[in-house]
Amino acid sequence: MILKSFSGLKKNLKKDFAALKKIKLAVLADSASQLYVQALKGYGYEIGYNFDIYEADYDQIDRQIFDKTSTLYQSDPEYIVIHSSTQKLLSRFYKLSSQQKKSFCKEYISYVHELITAANASTKAKIIVFNFPEINDSVFGNFSNKTDSSFLYQLRKINVELMELAQENSGVFTNDISSLQNTFGNSFIIDQKIYINTDTVFSLDFLPYVAKNTTDIVASIAGKFKKCLILDLDNTTWGGIIGDDGIENIQIGSLGIGKAFTELQCWAKQLKERGIILAVCSKNEESIAKEPFEKHPDMVLRLTDIAVFVANWENKVNNIRHIQSVLNIGFDSMVFLDDNPFERNMVRSEIPELEVPELPEDPAEYLSYLRTLNLFETASFTEEDNQRTQQYQEEAKRISFQKSYTNEDDFLKSLDMISEVSPFNKFNMPRVAQLSQRSNQFNLRTVRYTEDTVQQLISSNEHFTFSFTLKDTFGDYGLISVVILQKRKAGELFIDTWLMSCRVLKRGMENFVLNQLVKCAKENGVEKLIGEYIPTSKNGMVKDHYKDLGFTEKNGQWELNVPGYKEKTVYIYPKLIAAQSI
Amino acid sequence: METQQIIEQLNPIFIDVLDNESIQLTESTSAADIEEWDSLTNVQIIVAVEKHFKIRFTTAEIQKLNNVGDLCSLIKTKQGA
Repeated sequence: MILKSFSGLKKNLKKDFAALKKIKLAVLADSASQLYVQALKGYGYEIGYNFDIYEADYDQIDRQIFDKTSTLYQSDPEYIVIHSSTQKLLSRFYKLSSQQKKSFCKEYISYVHELITAANASTKAKIIVFNFPEINDSVFGNFSNKTDSSFLYQLRKINVELMELAQENSGVFTNDISSLQNTFGNSFIIDQKIYINTDTVFSLDFLPYVAKNTTDIVASIAGKFKKCLILDLDNTTWGGIIGDDGIENIQIGSLGIGKAFTELQCWAKQLKERGIILAVCSKNEESIAKEPFEKHPDMVLRLTDIAVFVANWENKVNNIRHIQSVLNIGFDSMVFLDDNPFERNMVRSEIPELEVPELPEDPAEYLSYLRTLNLFETASFTEEDNQRTQQYQEEAKRISFQKSYTNEDDFLKSLDMISEVSPFNKFNMPRVAQLSQRSNQFNLRTVRYTEDTVQQLISSNEHFTFSFTLKDTFGDYGLISVVILQKRKAGELFIDTWLMSCRVLKRGMENFVLNQLVKCAKENGVEKLIGEYIPTSKNGMVKDHYKDLGFTEKNGQWELNVPGYKEKTVYIYPKLIAAQSI
Repeated sequence: METQQIIEQLNPIFIDVLDNESIQLTESTSAADIEEWDSLTNVQIIVAVEKHFKIRFTTAEIQKLNNVGDLCSLIKTKQGA
């Protein structure tokens, strides 16, 4: 996406926001914020947000935050954006004695702590804090680096401490203006004339970038972020054309301008380790395209890094659609890199939601350009994120395998599925609780269990508990389904909980589970299974679950006659861990 | 460049920044005549004018401007310099 100019964003303000997703923001600043607010609102329109912005009066940060009854809190924002300017910081700093200057950062950070504590006491809003672009006041020159009473020394320390503060407070995010200053330079980010005349600390040309950066944070928290990077190969991932030049002549590593491509690959690899899925989409013979990934000593990316590898002579639009269907994520969460303007335009016009950066002509500039786009903003990071590629690789293999079968049963048979059936125990307890917390769609009654309540069920005489794992020839899904049966009157079991991970839909898993439930019922002389569906906004997919399985409706609940049950055909082999009886 | 020519070039800039199609500048037009022309849009006009004519104004020069005629004279001086 090309970023619009300030006046372009301003023109958006007159457009119709009614159909866009409304997000309530509050902007607090110690400098004039009108132009920033205009840019923010206008940029929101660009990506489909209707920012409903409460703008505090000039220099009202403290008053609005510390006063519990302030108009800020009355506006009930989802996000509070706090912009303190370096200029104000500097003037505050200059009023201090030399001794006070040395503890300026410490004092300032404890003030920000107080702001956050006060805000958290009155609102659940996420807080976005601007960090500080640097002003080198040139009072000490380079010596400021050796002098803790210099402004630059204290300022840089504040920026570091703001990061620590954000790390400690999950609801606090940093709007990294310092990094934008690093990219664009001081003469671009501030227009002294506008600053002197209006106390606006950003130039008109820079405001769209500040608005975008703020919006990137909001969007990622609101769930709009990129999950996948699709790479073209020739002249994008390496220099040259593998089909013509051969593996020994493609430019990677020290050959030609190989360094540019090596660095791009290193970046992609880091993204992959952060949890971004990598895919390849190239017009090539598959075997030739894969060769460098397998054999070239200077390749950073290997086949194990690529979740979906598509190389053929079909058009890229279809291939990207294929990648999307394998990964089952939205086009708007994918980025496509290709050096060829024709391919880019074709893909863009066919799949407008896809992000297709307009790569510079010179590959030497690819990476520095891509870095400026901030494509991969995220609002969370866990260590497990880096396993995502493997899971998607397994899924990709399943799907391409499925294509070779016209008959669904044959496909299911070929998967060699095995499910381990076990009552709850101390080993599976955490995962059972997690699945109970997270499952929203395939969940019949949406009763949530914590580890403590799962523990109680383990020793209960009134319940049968079931956990199911699933693995097949391609991989292991782990524990994916949970059922809790509750003993009611004699001969009757009530299905208190039945939930399943959506990753294993269409495997016949629900039939398999029912077979196991009936088996348990029979062994314990139970004649009736009673099911219930409690609708929520998310579990529509299991509305007809009991009907489809052959239960009959009775007084708003569903009954299954156990003795008359005919075992359903499934292609999942049970591995039973201990039978249960009450 | 003659004053009239400068006004002809200024007119679309004002329309664009102030988002008001009905603007027809004359030498005597001032901020009092156009509702959208305030201190914040004024700096936007100045930045756009600087870009268009490839000139730079000083802060003091900007503060002395009273109407479009003043702006035209200033542009002329800068271009002549």
